[in-house]
Amino acid sequence: MIAAARSVAEQKPVAREAQARMAGAWRACGALLRRDFLLAWRRRGELFLPLLYAVIVTALFPFALGPDPQLLGRIAGGVLLVIVVLAMLPALESMFRHDLEDGTLEQWLLAPQPLALLALTRVIAHWLTTVLPLLIVMPLLGALLDLPADVLPVLLLALLLATPLLALLGAVLSALTAGARGSGILLALMLLPLAVPVVIFAAGAVAAAQSGMPYLAPLSWLAAALVLAIVLAPLACAAALRIAVEA
Amino acid sequence: MNLSASPAVPLLAAHRIAFARNDEPVFGPLDFSVDRGETLLVEGDNGSGKTTLLRVLAGMLPGEGEIRFDGTPASRDSRNGRVLLLGHRLGMSESLSPRENLAFLTGLYGTRTGATVESVLAAVGIEAWIDEPLRSLSAGQKKRVGLARLLLLPGDLWLLDEPYANLDRHGIELVNALIAGHCALGGAALVTSHGAVRFADPQARHIRLAA
Repeated sequence: MIAAARSVAEQKPVAREAQARMAGAWRACGALLRRDFLLAWRRRGELFLPLLYAVIVTALFPFALGPDPQLLGRIAGGVLLVIVVLAMLPALESMFRHDLEDGTLEQWLLAPQPLALLALTRVIAHWLTTVLPLLIVMPLLGALLDLPADVLPVLLLALLLATPLLALLGAVLSALTAGARGSGILLALMLLPLAVPVVIFAAGAVAAAQSGMPYLAPLSWLAAALVLAIVLAPLACAAALRIAVEA
Repeated sequence: MNLSASPAVPLLAAHRIAFARNDEPVFGPLDFSVDRGETLLVEGDNGSGKTTLLRVLAGMLPGEGEIRFDGTPASRDSRNGRVLLLGHRLGMSESLSPRENLAFLTGLYGTRTGATVESVLAAVGIEAWIDEPLRSLSAGQKKRVGLARLLLLPGDLWLLDEPYANLDRHGIELVNALIAGHCALGGAALVTSHGAVRFADPQARHIRLAA
Protein backbone atom coordinates (compact mmCIF):
# COMPACT_ATOMS: atom_id res chain seq x y z
CA MET A 1 0.00 0.00 0.00
CA ILE A 2 2.70 2.41 1.08
CA ALA A 3 4.91 1.32 -1.76
CA ALA A 4 2.07 1.92 -4.19
CA ALA A 5 1.45 5.37 -2.77
CA ARG A 6 5.15 6.14 -3.05
CA SER A 7 5.31 5.03 -6.66
CA VAL A 8 2.33 7.26 -7.48
CA ALA A 9 4.09 10.16 -5.77
CA GLU A 10 7.21 9.46 -7.78
CA GLN A 11 5.30 9.25 -11.03
CA LYS A 12 3.50 12.51 -10.57
CA PRO A 13 6.35 14.89 -11.45
CA VAL A 14 7.14 12.75 -14.49
CA ALA A 15 3.52 12.88 -15.61
CA ARG A 16 3.42 16.60 -15.02
CA GLU A 17 6.57 17.09 -17.06
CA ALA A 18 5.16 14.99 -19.89
CA GLN A 19 1.99 17.07 -19.77
CA ALA A 20 4.01 20.30 -19.91
CA ARG A 21 5.94 18.92 -22.87
CA MET A 22 2.72 18.08 -24.69
CA ALA A 23 1.37 21.56 -24.05
CA GLY A 24 4.64 23.04 -25.32
CA ALA A 25 4.51 20.91 -28.46
CA TRP A 26 0.92 21.97 -29.19
CA ARG A 27 1.84 25.61 -28.65
CA ALA A 28 4.80 25.23 -31.00
CA CYS A 29 2.63 23.63 -33.70
CA GLY A 30 0.07 26.41 -33.34
CA ALA A 31 2.75 29.07 -33.60
CA LEU A 32 4.24 27.41 -36.69
CA LEU A 33 0.84 27.13 -38.40
CA ARG A 34 0.10 30.78 -37.63
CA ARG A 35 3.50 31.85 -38.98
CA ASP A 36 3.14 29.79 -42.18
CA PHE A 37 -0.36 31.11 -42.85
CA LEU A 38 0.88 34.65 -42.30
CA LEU A 39 3.80 34.09 -44.70
CA ALA A 40 1.45 32.50 -47.24
CA TRP A 41 -0.80 35.55 -47.03
CA ARG A 42 2.19 37.90 -47.54
CA ARG A 43 3.20 35.86 -50.62
CA ARG A 44 -0.32 35.23 -51.88
CA GLY A 45 0.70 36.16 -55.42
CA GLU A 46 2.96 33.08 -55.49
CA LEU A 47 0.17 30.88 -54.16
CA PHE A 48 -2.05 31.94 -57.01
CA LEU A 49 0.35 30.58 -59.65
CA PRO A 50 -0.34 26.81 -59.28
CA LEU A 51 -4.05 27.59 -59.38
CA LEU A 52 -3.67 29.67 -62.53
CA TYR A 53 -1.50 26.94 -64.08
CA ALA A 54 -4.12 24.25 -63.41
CA VAL A 55 -6.95 26.37 -64.83
CA ILE A 56 -5.00 27.33 -67.97
CA VAL A 57 -3.83 23.78 -68.75
CA THR A 58 -7.31 22.38 -68.19
CA ALA A 59 -8.85 25.03 -70.40
CA LEU A 60 -6.39 24.24 -73.20
CA PHE A 61 -7.27 20.54 -73.38
CA PRO A 62 -10.65 20.92 -75.15
CA PHE A 63 -8.99 23.23 -77.70
CA ALA A 64 -6.18 20.77 -78.38
CA LEU A 65 -8.32 17.62 -78.52
CA GLY A 66 -11.47 19.01 -80.06
CA PRO A 67 -14.80 19.53 -78.32
CA ASP A 68 -15.83 15.88 -78.20
CA PRO A 69 -17.65 15.47 -74.85
CA GLN A 70 -17.26 11.68 -74.88
CA LEU A 71 -13.50 11.75 -75.39
CA LEU A 72 -13.03 14.56 -72.85
CA GLY A 73 -15.24 12.86 -70.28
CA ARG A 74 -13.28 9.63 -70.65
CA ILE A 75 -9.83 11.20 -70.09
CA ALA A 76 -10.91 13.96 -67.66
CA GLY A 77 -10.12 12.04 -64.45
CA GLY A 78 -6.58 11.12 -65.44
CA VAL A 79 -5.83 14.53 -66.93
CA LEU A 80 -6.96 16.34 -63.77
CA LEU A 81 -4.87 14.02 -61.58
CA VAL A 82 -1.73 14.70 -63.59
CA ILE A 83 -2.42 18.45 -63.65
CA VAL A 84 -2.74 18.52 -59.85
CA VAL A 85 0.50 16.55 -59.39
CA LEU A 86 2.38 18.87 -61.77
CA ALA A 87 0.89 21.99 -60.18
CA MET A 88 2.09 20.78 -56.76
CA LEU A 89 5.66 20.21 -57.90
CA PRO A 90 7.19 23.73 -58.01
CA ALA A 91 5.99 24.64 -54.51
CA LEU A 92 7.35 21.43 -52.99
CA GLU A 93 10.88 22.48 -53.78
CA SER A 94 10.84 25.49 -51.48
CA MET A 95 9.11 23.83 -48.53
CA PHE A 96 12.22 24.15 -46.34
CA ARG A 97 14.58 26.24 -48.44
CA HIS A 98 13.65 29.71 -47.14
CA ASP A 99 13.98 28.46 -43.57
CA LEU A 100 17.36 26.92 -44.25
CA GLU A 101 18.63 30.12 -45.88
CA ASP A 102 17.54 32.55 -43.16
CA GLY A 103 18.62 30.27 -40.29
CA THR A 104 15.12 29.47 -39.03
CA LEU A 105 15.91 25.74 -39.26
CA GLU A 106 18.76 26.21 -36.77
CA GLN A 107 16.19 27.61 -34.36
CA TRP A 108 13.94 24.59 -35.00
CA LEU A 109 16.83 22.28 -34.14
CA LEU A 110 17.69 24.05 -30.89
CA ALA A 111 14.08 24.38 -29.74
CA PRO A 112 12.88 21.99 -27.04
CA GLN A 113 10.33 20.49 -29.44
CA PRO A 114 10.41 17.28 -31.49
CA LEU A 115 11.73 18.19 -34.93
CA ALA A 116 9.57 15.56 -36.64
CA LEU A 117 6.44 17.19 -35.21
CA LEU A 118 7.50 20.58 -36.56
CA ALA A 119 8.18 18.99 -39.96
CA LEU A 120 4.71 17.39 -39.99
CA THR A 121 3.14 20.72 -39.05
CA ARG A 122 5.01 22.36 -41.93
CA VAL A 123 3.65 19.74 -44.37
CA ILE A 124 0.11 20.33 -43.10
CA ALA A 125 0.48 24.09 -43.49
CA HIS A 126 1.96 23.58 -46.96
CA TRP A 127 -0.92 21.32 -48.02
CA LEU A 128 -3.55 23.70 -46.68
CA THR A 129 -2.06 26.74 -48.41
CA THR A 130 -0.94 25.33 -51.78
CA VAL A 131 -2.98 22.16 -52.48
CA LEU A 132 -6.35 22.80 -50.88
CA PRO A 133 -7.13 25.70 -53.28
CA LEU A 134 -6.55 23.28 -56.18
CA LEU A 135 -9.08 20.85 -54.73
CA ILE A 136 -11.58 23.65 -54.18
CA VAL A 137 -11.57 24.61 -57.89
CA MET A 138 -11.73 20.95 -58.93
CA PRO A 139 -15.53 21.02 -59.67
CA LEU A 140 -14.90 23.92 -62.06
CA LEU A 141 -12.02 22.10 -63.77
CA GLY A 142 -14.15 18.94 -63.97
CA ALA A 143 -16.90 20.90 -65.70
CA LEU A 144 -14.39 22.30 -68.22
CA LEU A 145 -13.50 18.72 -69.24
CA ASP A 146 -17.04 17.36 -69.03
CA LEU A 147 -16.18 15.03 -66.14
CA PRO A 148 -19.28 12.96 -65.28
CA ALA A 149 -20.93 14.40 -62.18
CA ASP A 150 -20.99 11.09 -60.31
CA VAL A 151 -17.22 10.60 -60.80
CA LEU A 152 -16.32 13.99 -59.30
CA PRO A 153 -16.76 12.89 -55.64
CA VAL A 154 -14.49 9.87 -56.24
CA LEU A 155 -11.88 12.07 -57.91
CA LEU A 156 -12.01 14.49 -54.97
CA LEU A 157 -11.70 11.64 -52.48
CA ALA A 158 -8.75 10.17 -54.40
CA LEU A 159 -7.08 13.59 -54.45
CA LEU A 160 -7.79 14.12 -50.74
CA LEU A 161 -5.78 10.97 -50.06
CA ALA A 162 -3.17 11.26 -52.81
CA THR A 163 -2.12 14.91 -52.43
CA PRO A 164 -1.18 14.75 -48.70
CA LEU A 165 0.74 11.57 -49.50
CA LEU A 166 2.62 13.32 -52.28
CA ALA A 167 3.22 16.35 -50.04
CA LEU A 168 4.73 14.10 -47.35
CA LEU A 169 6.97 12.27 -49.84
CA GLY A 170 7.88 15.60 -51.41
CA ALA A 171 8.73 17.02 -47.98
CA VAL A 172 11.32 14.31 -47.36
CA LEU A 173 12.89 14.96 -50.75
CA SER A 174 12.65 18.72 -50.26
CA ALA A 175 14.47 18.41 -46.94
CA LEU A 176 17.12 16.20 -48.55
CA THR A 177 17.73 18.62 -51.41
CA ALA A 178 17.23 21.88 -49.47
CA GLY A 179 20.92 22.72 -49.42
CA ALA A 180 21.66 21.62 -52.98
CA ARG A 181 21.86 23.93 -55.97
CA GLY A 182 19.45 23.19 -58.79
CA SER A 183 17.33 21.27 -56.32
CA GLY A 184 14.17 21.78 -58.38
CA ILE A 185 15.23 19.37 -61.14
CA LEU A 186 16.67 16.92 -58.61
CA LEU A 187 13.44 16.92 -56.64
CA ALA A 188 11.31 16.35 -59.73
CA LEU A 189 13.50 13.43 -60.83
CA MET A 190 13.43 11.84 -57.38
CA LEU A 191 9.71 12.37 -56.86
CA LEU A 192 8.71 10.85 -60.20
CA PRO A 193 9.17 7.17 -59.24
CA LEU A 194 7.46 7.80 -55.92
CA ALA A 195 4.55 9.60 -57.56
CA VAL A 196 3.86 6.86 -60.10
CA PRO A 197 2.18 4.36 -57.71
CA VAL A 198 0.19 7.17 -56.10
CA VAL A 199 -1.09 8.30 -59.50
CA ILE A 200 -1.83 4.69 -60.54
CA PHE A 201 -3.99 4.01 -57.48
CA ALA A 202 -5.79 7.35 -57.68
CA ALA A 203 -6.42 6.93 -61.41
CA GLY A 204 -7.52 3.35 -60.79
CA ALA A 205 -10.19 4.52 -58.37
CA VAL A 206 -11.43 7.17 -60.81
CA ALA A 207 -11.47 4.74 -63.75
CA ALA A 208 -13.36 2.13 -61.71
CA ALA A 209 -15.95 4.70 -60.66
CA GLN A 210 -16.30 5.82 -64.26
CA SER A 211 -17.07 2.30 -65.47
CA GLY A 212 -19.45 1.66 -62.60
CA MET A 213 -17.20 -0.78 -60.75
CA PRO A 214 -16.28 -0.80 -57.04
CA TYR A 215 -13.57 1.77 -56.40
CA LEU A 216 -12.99 1.30 -52.67
CA ALA A 217 -9.94 -0.99 -52.97
CA PRO A 218 -7.53 1.48 -54.61
CA LEU A 219 -8.74 4.22 -52.27
CA SER A 220 -8.04 1.97 -49.29
CA TRP A 221 -4.52 1.38 -50.56
CA LEU A 222 -4.01 5.14 -50.83
CA ALA A 223 -5.36 5.62 -47.31
CA ALA A 224 -3.05 2.92 -45.94
CA ALA A 225 -0.05 4.49 -47.67
CA LEU A 226 -1.07 7.90 -46.31
CA VAL A 227 -1.23 6.58 -42.73
CA LEU A 228 2.19 5.01 -43.15
CA ALA A 229 3.61 8.23 -44.59
CA ILE A 230 2.15 10.36 -41.77
CA VAL A 231 4.08 8.23 -39.29
CA LEU A 232 7.34 7.72 -41.18
CA ALA A 233 7.82 10.75 -43.44
CA PRO A 234 8.19 13.31 -40.59
CA LEU A 235 10.93 11.17 -39.01
CA ALA A 236 12.80 10.94 -42.32
CA CYS A 237 12.23 14.65 -42.81
CA ALA A 238 13.72 15.45 -39.40
CA ALA A 239 16.82 13.37 -40.13
CA ALA A 240 17.24 15.05 -43.51
CA LEU A 241 16.84 18.52 -41.98
CA ARG A 242 19.58 17.79 -39.43
CA ILE A 243 21.88 16.87 -42.32
CA ALA A 244 20.87 20.00 -44.23
CA VAL A 245 21.75 22.24 -41.27
CA GLU A 246 25.04 20.40 -40.74
CA ALA A 247 26.24 21.15 -44.24
CA MET B 1 15.83 26.05 -15.99
CA ASN B 2 17.42 26.05 -12.55
CA LEU B 3 19.55 29.11 -12.03
CA SER B 4 20.50 28.32 -8.44
CA ALA B 5 22.31 25.05 -9.10
CA SER B 6 25.50 24.32 -7.22
CA PRO B 7 28.35 26.47 -8.53
CA ALA B 8 30.79 23.58 -8.24
CA VAL B 9 29.51 22.00 -11.46
CA PRO B 10 30.21 24.18 -14.48
CA LEU B 11 27.26 24.97 -16.72
CA LEU B 12 29.25 23.86 -19.74
CA ALA B 13 32.34 21.70 -19.71
CA ALA B 14 34.18 20.67 -22.84
CA HIS B 15 36.83 18.00 -22.76
CA ARG B 16 39.18 17.59 -25.74
CA ILE B 17 36.58 18.70 -28.27
CA ALA B 18 37.73 18.96 -31.82
CA PHE B 19 36.24 19.10 -35.27
CA ALA B 20 37.69 18.03 -38.58
CA ARG B 21 36.19 18.60 -41.99
CA ASN B 22 37.34 16.07 -44.61
CA ASP B 23 40.19 15.00 -42.29
CA GLU B 24 41.36 18.62 -42.16
CA PRO B 25 41.33 19.78 -38.52
CA VAL B 26 39.24 22.96 -38.10
CA PHE B 27 39.98 23.53 -34.41
CA GLY B 28 41.00 21.78 -31.24
CA PRO B 29 41.40 19.68 -29.31
CA LEU B 30 40.20 22.19 -26.71
CA ASP B 31 39.53 21.93 -22.98
CA PHE B 32 37.47 24.59 -21.26
CA SER B 33 34.56 25.11 -18.93
CA VAL B 34 32.10 27.93 -18.38
CA ASP B 35 30.58 28.52 -14.94
CA ARG B 36 27.31 30.21 -14.27
CA GLY B 37 27.74 33.96 -14.26
CA GLU B 38 30.81 33.72 -16.45
CA THR B 39 31.59 34.92 -19.93
CA LEU B 40 34.12 33.20 -22.12
CA LEU B 41 35.58 35.11 -24.99
CA VAL B 42 36.59 33.06 -28.02
CA GLU B 43 39.13 34.90 -30.11
CA GLY B 44 40.63 34.01 -33.42
CA ASP B 45 41.19 35.27 -36.91
CA ASN B 46 38.76 34.74 -39.76
CA GLY B 47 38.60 31.07 -40.60
CA SER B 48 40.06 29.90 -37.29
CA GLY B 49 36.95 27.87 -36.48
CA LYS B 50 35.04 30.12 -34.06
CA THR B 51 31.68 29.60 -35.72
CA THR B 52 32.36 25.88 -36.08
CA LEU B 53 33.14 25.66 -32.36
CA LEU B 54 29.81 27.27 -31.46
CA ARG B 55 27.94 24.97 -33.84
CA VAL B 56 29.60 21.92 -32.30
CA LEU B 57 28.66 23.16 -28.82
CA ALA B 58 25.08 23.72 -30.01
CA GLY B 59 24.98 20.12 -31.25
CA MET B 60 24.54 21.03 -34.91
CA LEU B 61 27.86 19.50 -35.94
CA PRO B 62 29.13 16.16 -34.69
CA GLY B 63 32.45 16.98 -33.05
CA GLU B 64 34.88 14.77 -31.20
CA GLY B 65 35.40 14.87 -27.45
CA GLU B 66 32.95 15.25 -24.61
CA ILE B 67 30.56 18.10 -23.84
CA ARG B 68 28.75 18.24 -20.50
CA PHE B 69 25.88 20.46 -19.42
CA ASP B 70 25.60 20.76 -15.64
CA GLY B 71 27.72 17.65 -15.33
CA THR B 72 25.57 15.44 -17.57
CA PRO B 73 26.76 14.50 -21.05
CA ALA B 74 25.16 16.73 -23.65
CA SER B 75 22.29 15.20 -25.58
CA ARG B 76 19.44 16.60 -27.59
CA ASP B 77 17.17 16.48 -24.54
CA SER B 78 19.61 17.99 -22.06
CA ARG B 79 20.63 20.74 -24.45
CA ASN B 80 17.57 21.83 -26.36
CA GLY B 81 15.78 24.86 -25.01
CA ARG B 82 18.74 25.80 -22.80
CA VAL B 83 21.08 27.01 -25.50
CA LEU B 84 20.41 30.17 -27.48
CA LEU B 85 22.51 30.66 -30.59
CA LEU B 86 22.86 34.02 -32.29
CA GLY B 87 24.78 33.56 -35.50
CA HIS B 88 25.36 35.39 -38.73
CA ARG B 89 21.91 34.34 -39.84
CA LEU B 90 19.15 35.74 -37.68
CA GLY B 91 16.82 32.78 -37.86
CA MET B 92 13.95 35.06 -38.74
CA SER B 93 11.88 35.59 -41.86
CA GLU B 94 12.54 38.79 -43.78
CA SER B 95 8.88 38.94 -44.78
CA LEU B 96 7.63 39.08 -41.20
CA SER B 97 7.89 41.93 -38.73
CA PRO B 98 10.05 41.75 -35.57
CA ARG B 99 6.89 41.26 -33.53
CA GLU B 100 5.66 38.34 -35.67
CA ASN B 101 9.07 36.68 -35.75
CA LEU B 102 9.54 36.89 -32.00
CA ALA B 103 5.97 35.71 -31.34
CA PHE B 104 6.72 32.57 -33.39
CA LEU B 105 9.95 31.93 -31.49
CA THR B 106 8.20 32.19 -28.12
CA GLY B 107 5.86 29.50 -29.44
CA LEU B 108 8.87 27.25 -30.03
CA TYR B 109 10.90 28.06 -26.92
CA GLY B 110 8.52 29.55 -24.38
CA THR B 111 9.07 32.93 -22.74
CA ARG B 112 11.53 34.11 -20.12
CA THR B 113 9.73 35.13 -16.93
CA GLY B 114 8.55 38.72 -17.09
CA ALA B 115 9.57 39.34 -20.69
CA THR B 116 7.16 40.34 -23.44
CA VAL B 117 7.77 40.84 -27.15
CA GLU B 118 7.08 44.57 -26.83
CA SER B 119 9.29 45.08 -23.76
CA VAL B 120 12.34 43.33 -25.22
CA LEU B 121 12.04 45.17 -28.55
CA ALA B 122 11.86 48.43 -26.60
CA ALA B 123 14.93 47.37 -24.61
CA VAL B 124 17.00 47.08 -27.78
CA GLY B 125 15.59 50.28 -29.28
CA ILE B 126 13.45 48.78 -32.07
CA GLU B 127 10.03 49.86 -30.78
CA ALA B 128 9.47 52.18 -33.75
CA TRP B 129 9.96 49.34 -36.28
CA ILE B 130 8.05 46.68 -34.41
CA ASP B 131 5.51 46.13 -37.23
CA GLU B 132 7.74 46.78 -40.23
CA PRO B 133 8.82 43.76 -42.30
CA LEU B 134 12.33 42.72 -41.30
CA ARG B 135 13.69 43.31 -44.79
CA SER B 136 13.11 47.05 -44.50
CA LEU B 137 15.39 47.26 -41.44
CA SER B 138 19.11 48.01 -41.63
CA ALA B 139 21.74 45.37 -40.84
CA GLY B 140 22.36 46.88 -37.42
CA GLN B 141 18.66 47.03 -36.62
CA LYS B 142 18.26 43.38 -37.60
CA LYS B 143 21.12 42.51 -35.27
CA ARG B 144 19.27 44.32 -32.49
CA VAL B 145 16.15 42.25 -33.19
CA GLY B 146 18.39 39.18 -32.85
CA LEU B 147 19.56 40.49 -29.48
CA ALA B 148 15.94 40.99 -28.42
CA ARG B 149 15.45 37.27 -28.98
CA LEU B 150 18.10 36.54 -26.35
CA LEU B 151 16.20 38.64 -23.82
CA LEU B 152 12.86 37.09 -24.68
CA LEU B 153 13.56 33.36 -24.68
CA PRO B 154 14.54 31.23 -21.70
CA GLY B 155 17.92 29.55 -21.92
CA ASP B 156 20.95 29.81 -19.70
CA LEU B 157 23.80 29.42 -22.18
CA TRP B 158 24.19 32.04 -24.87
CA LEU B 159 26.36 31.23 -27.85
CA LEU B 160 26.99 34.54 -29.56
CA ASP B 161 28.80 34.50 -32.88
CA GLU B 162 30.30 37.93 -33.59
CA PRO B 163 27.53 39.80 -31.74
CA TYR B 164 29.31 43.11 -32.32
CA ALA B 165 29.19 42.91 -36.11
CA ASN B 166 27.18 45.67 -37.82
CA LEU B 167 26.56 47.49 -34.54
CA ASP B 168 27.35 51.12 -33.73
CA ARG B 169 29.01 52.25 -30.49
CA HIS B 170 25.70 52.24 -28.59
CA GLY B 171 24.92 48.81 -29.96
CA ILE B 172 28.22 47.44 -28.69
CA GLU B 173 27.49 48.88 -25.25
CA LEU B 174 24.04 47.27 -25.46
CA VAL B 175 25.55 43.84 -26.19
CA ASN B 176 27.93 44.20 -23.24
CA ALA B 177 25.05 45.27 -20.97
CA LEU B 178 22.91 42.32 -22.09
CA ILE B 179 25.70 39.84 -21.43
CA ALA B 180 26.42 41.36 -18.02
CA GLY B 181 22.72 41.22 -17.11
CA HIS B 182 22.44 37.63 -18.25
CA CYS B 183 25.48 36.57 -16.24
CA ALA B 184 24.20 38.42 -13.17
CA LEU B 185 21.07 36.24 -13.36
CA GLY B 186 23.17 33.08 -13.32
CA GLY B 187 23.45 32.52 -17.05
CA ALA B 188 26.64 32.19 -19.03
CA ALA B 189 27.80 33.26 -22.46
CA LEU B 190 30.36 32.26 -25.05
CA VAL B 191 31.20 35.19 -27.27
CA THR B 192 33.32 35.01 -30.40
CA SER B 193 35.20 37.96 -31.72
CA HIS B 194 38.02 38.55 -34.15
CA GLY B 195 39.49 40.88 -31.58
CA ALA B 196 38.72 44.25 -33.14
CA VAL B 197 36.15 45.23 -30.50
CA ARG B 198 37.10 45.95 -26.91
CA PHE B 199 35.21 43.58 -24.70
CA ALA B 200 33.44 45.05 -21.67
CA ASP B 201 35.05 42.92 -19.00
CA PRO B 202 38.85 42.79 -19.42
CA GLN B 203 38.95 40.11 -16.71
CA ALA B 204 36.85 37.70 -18.79
CA ARG B 205 38.56 34.47 -19.70
CA HIS B 206 39.78 34.01 -23.25
CA ILE B 207 40.42 31.10 -25.48
CA ARG B 208 42.39 31.74 -28.63
CA LEU B 209 41.89 29.68 -31.73
CA ALA B 210 44.84 29.47 -34.08
CA ALA B 211 44.08 29.71 -37.76
